[in-house]
Amino acid sequence: MSCSIELPAGMSRRHFINHLAGAAALVSPATAFTNSILANATDMKKRHKAAIMLWMGGGPSSMDIWDLKPGAPTGGPFKPISTSADGVTVCEHMPLMAKQMHHMAVVRSMSTREADHMRGRYYMHTGYVPNPNVEHPSYGAVIAHELADQVPGLEIPPFVSVGSGSVGPGFLGMTWAPFVVDSNGNVRNLDMGVDPARLAQRMEMLATIEKRFIGERRGASADDHAKVLDKTVKLMTSPQMEAFKVMKEPAEAQERYGKTGFGRGCLMARRLVEMGVPFVEVDLGGWDNHANIFPTLQNQKLPELDKAMSALVEDLADRGMLDDTVVMWMGEFSRTPNINGGGGRDHWARSWSVVVGGGGFKRGVVVGETSSDGKEVVSEAYSSQDLMASVLKSLGVSLETTFTAKNGRPMKIANSGKVIKELFA
Amino acid sequence: MRDGVRMICFGRVLGVMVGMVGMFGMAVPTGRAVADDPAEHYGIPQVKYINEQVAKGWDESRLLPSPAATDGEWCRRVHLDLIGRIPSIDELRSFLADTSPTKKAELVSRLLGDDYVDEYARHWTDVWTTVLIGRDVTNDRVNRAGMRQYLRRAFSKNMPYDRFMEELVTAAGVNANRRELDGFNGATNFLSGKMEEMGVENGVQATAKTAQIFLGLQVQCTQCHNHPFNKGKQNQFWELNAFFRQTRALRKRGGTDDVQWVELVDEDFAGEGGNPEEAELYYELRNGLMKVAYPVFVDGTEISKSGYLPAVMDDGTAYGVHRRKQLAALIKASPSFPQAIVNRTWGHFLGHGFTKPIDDLGEHNPPSHPELLEGLAERFRETSFDLKELARWLVLSHPYALSSRSTAANKNDDPSLGERPKFTHFYLRQMQAEELYESLLTATEADRAARGEEAAKKKDAWLSQFVIAFGTDEGDDATTFNGSIPQVLMMFNGDMIKNATGTGQGGFLDRVASSSMSNAAKIETLYMAALARKPARAELTVANQMVAARKGDVISALQDVWWAVLNSNEFIIKH
Repeated sequence: MSCSIELPAGMSRRHFINHLAGAAALVSPATAFTNSILANATDMKKRHKAAIMLWMGGGPSSMDIWDLKPGAPTGGPFKPISTSADGVTVCEHMPLMAKQMHHMAVVRSMSTREADHMRGRYYMHTGYVPNPNVEHPSYGAVIAHELADQVPGLEIPPFVSVGSGSVGPGFLGMTWAPFVVDSNGNVRNLDMGVDPARLAQRMEMLATIEKRFIGERRGASADDHAKVLDKTVKLMTSPQMEAFKVMKEPAEAQERYGKTGFGRGCLMARRLVEMGVPFVEVDLGGWDNHANIFPTLQNQKLPELDKAMSALVEDLADRGMLDDTVVMWMGEFSRTPNINGGGGRDHWARSWSVVVGGGGFKRGVVVGETSSDGKEVVSEAYSSQDLMASVLKSLGVSLETTFTAKNGRPMKIANSGKVIKELFA
Repeated sequence: MRDGVRMICFGRVLGVMVGMVGMFGMAVPTGRAVADDPAEHYGIPQVKYINEQVAKGWDESRLLPSPAATDGEWCRRVHLDLIGRIPSIDELRSFLADTSPTKKAELVSRLLGDDYVDEYARHWTDVWTTVLIGRDVTNDRVNRAGMRQYLRRAFSKNMPYDRFMEELVTAAGVNANRRELDGFNGATNFLSGKMEEMGVENGVQATAKTAQIFLGLQVQCTQCHNHPFNKGKQNQFWELNAFFRQTRALRKRGGTDDVQWVELVDEDFAGEGGNPEEAELYYELRNGLMKVAYPVFVDGTEISKSGYLPAVMDDGTAYGVHRRKQLAALIKASPSFPQAIVNRTWGHFLGHGFTKPIDDLGEHNPPSHPELLEGLAERFRETSFDLKELARWLVLSHPYALSSRSTAANKNDDPSLGERPKFTHFYLRQMQAEELYESLLTATEADRAARGEEAAKKKDAWLSQFVIAFGTDEGDDATTFNGSIPQVLMMFNGDMIKNATGTGQGGFLDRVASSSMSNAAKIETLYMAALARKPARAELTVANQMVAARKGDVISALQDVWWAVLNSNEFIIKH
């Protein structure tokens, strides 16, 4: 057991937790949501659906990885290689992923408009462009919110972010905020160093103060604080925290994923999903390659990505988890087909690729097409909300789901995006 | 419609509204609650102006303000907002005991005066360090100590804001204060880390941040394309960028492998075409075409195209231009300059700016109180850009004095629900990490032995646990100090809280426990120190039970009460 707190004789852990629940019992859910009858009919509870997002911070050049243009003036030096999926090619510096492409699908027809880092980051995480009046929930918050009750005993937060912090829960409230950890799985400050009876007394005192303040109607942040307190106490005493201990994996596995931050993050994502966590985001930054893009990709970024991503997909498939676990790869946008004077590529959102796999997705296919120089999508173009709708569908989440934002406005899940039909059989 | 309403005079609006009562059967506010005189303005015309303008908004939207905050609440928030920490027990008690009708104005004068000049400077150094260079400590071209040293000096002498902007925008010199170096200028740290991205020295970040901070103008998107929904055009970005092209950030390694310091210098700019008389730059359109840009300010004002720095020829003819100095003068003259700082400062004190985000002004993002924003900006310019005066007006205003408790007559005024703020009650917000750090030191009466840069470094190290970098070249970052689990874990179990709740001899808890006070008074002391109020009956009951259960081990019971108080929503939330 990971926690160092000894329980007093005669007190079960569950009983102990009940003692501590005071703070949380004060508050009711801040958001109402309605599910259609259709959604209620889906049989999610017995299966542990989950999604893992591989977030490529900075904007990766997808035409150097998933949609190569050999010979074009914009094409760069990399060559395509064939893969385990018929007719699907990827970059020569992704040899390990090439062996896993029969599990994955490449969408080569993304076309978006946000080419600023923070705006693109928000848009690709939420399906909405930034709006000063409302904060939208990100993938992790939406999926955690929809899937959290499938594993009733889950004590780890249902939305874990390794590294980058992701984008927040917006109007769904702090209950669905990302739990951010570093890739070594170290969670700081877990141990209070007092006995459980004393912890329970402290929590009772604390709940008394919180309750009074909340009762004075000063605003939602007072309630949110109490809810997070309860989750924190659960976490401190949970044996499920083992899932973060990525260093306990066999050396062979650590080696296969790569002894990099991203490698450890992907390995941790697998462990967390096995524990029942419905959403994990793993960050790999460093794709903002305004200069010297090709050596950077070839020598640093692609080998790190290739090892970790391929090991993750392979493990999920080997363990029979892939049918219930969606893996998605994306960044905030991509990079210009034109190569600039510094040997780099700048921000570009008009035509680019993302990769998805697992869940209900069709495997081993390519969706969409870009022009010979990579500057235009020449098939039907897809947006962030289309991708989000497709991911939700592949997890069995009803697209009829409607949230009620704090201001009472109904918000359709995934911003009413349309499903990318070629991704489904 | 909005404009139409604004143009009718106040009395007329009320009259129209009264006339509509019968039609809609609604209750119409006939006057504002007068708990303490809401029109109190301490003889300061700018405060009177704020009160009138904000009240006008209440009337237009048929909202009533909450009653005034208690003296304890007001005292706590004004300390937090002006000097970045909660009041000590002594400060609180002397304010509560004061019966003067002008005690608020007097307290504000003290906090803005000589007695608190170091704390004022420390707090605003924290605020502006984050604004100017963020919280990321990994950029080796930024010397945080140098930045802070500059800011401490600027805020200690209440440097006029126009001067402050000029010094930051035009700074030249060495960014680190090192004994062996001449020419230290801490102000260079604003730009020293923003001149170069991935080996390309083109001042893109310098352009974006200067516009954002000093003009409330978001131009970063227009680096690559015309803005989709505001008036920003790509040429505007590069024409503004041209002002930074005489500037270079020279990395100095001092014989080592790492960058040890940066020297920010201005040099003649030959232009990308090689003609310094008309020194141009080129940028790339989305379709791949190249376009030329010369320095043109965002309002269309052109300056000389010369890339030469000012100099005089042998025959006495002067030539050349200092592009950054020209830029600073144009910023100073721009109406956006005072508006941007008024909006930022309003957001700091009132919890929400007139726009969200506070540094995005323009037709695409209309402010909640356009007349007040413009009026305050003009008044700020008239006082020669005096930041302490601006702060004084805001904290003495009626909206700042209101309770954070909402009432039936204003519960819909909640900007967190996406409504435009009406400031009918004080909006809750969490303390900043820096404010928490300083408040814990104050609450525990900690010995502030470490001072100046030593203390600041310690604080930086503590703060760094909350910083997340996004992996972009622009150094974007975020914080987990946002009410999420990692923050709560830190408050539950972190070293800082272990120290604050320590029972060591001579420490705060030990002094309270071993005093001659009754147990009830000891508990009250803890409440006053952290929450600026006495415990409620229910709280005292629970606390007394804990004391009783410990059978005479008073200090350990106090420790648990203290831990709970410091962990409460009421402590960490400004209210």
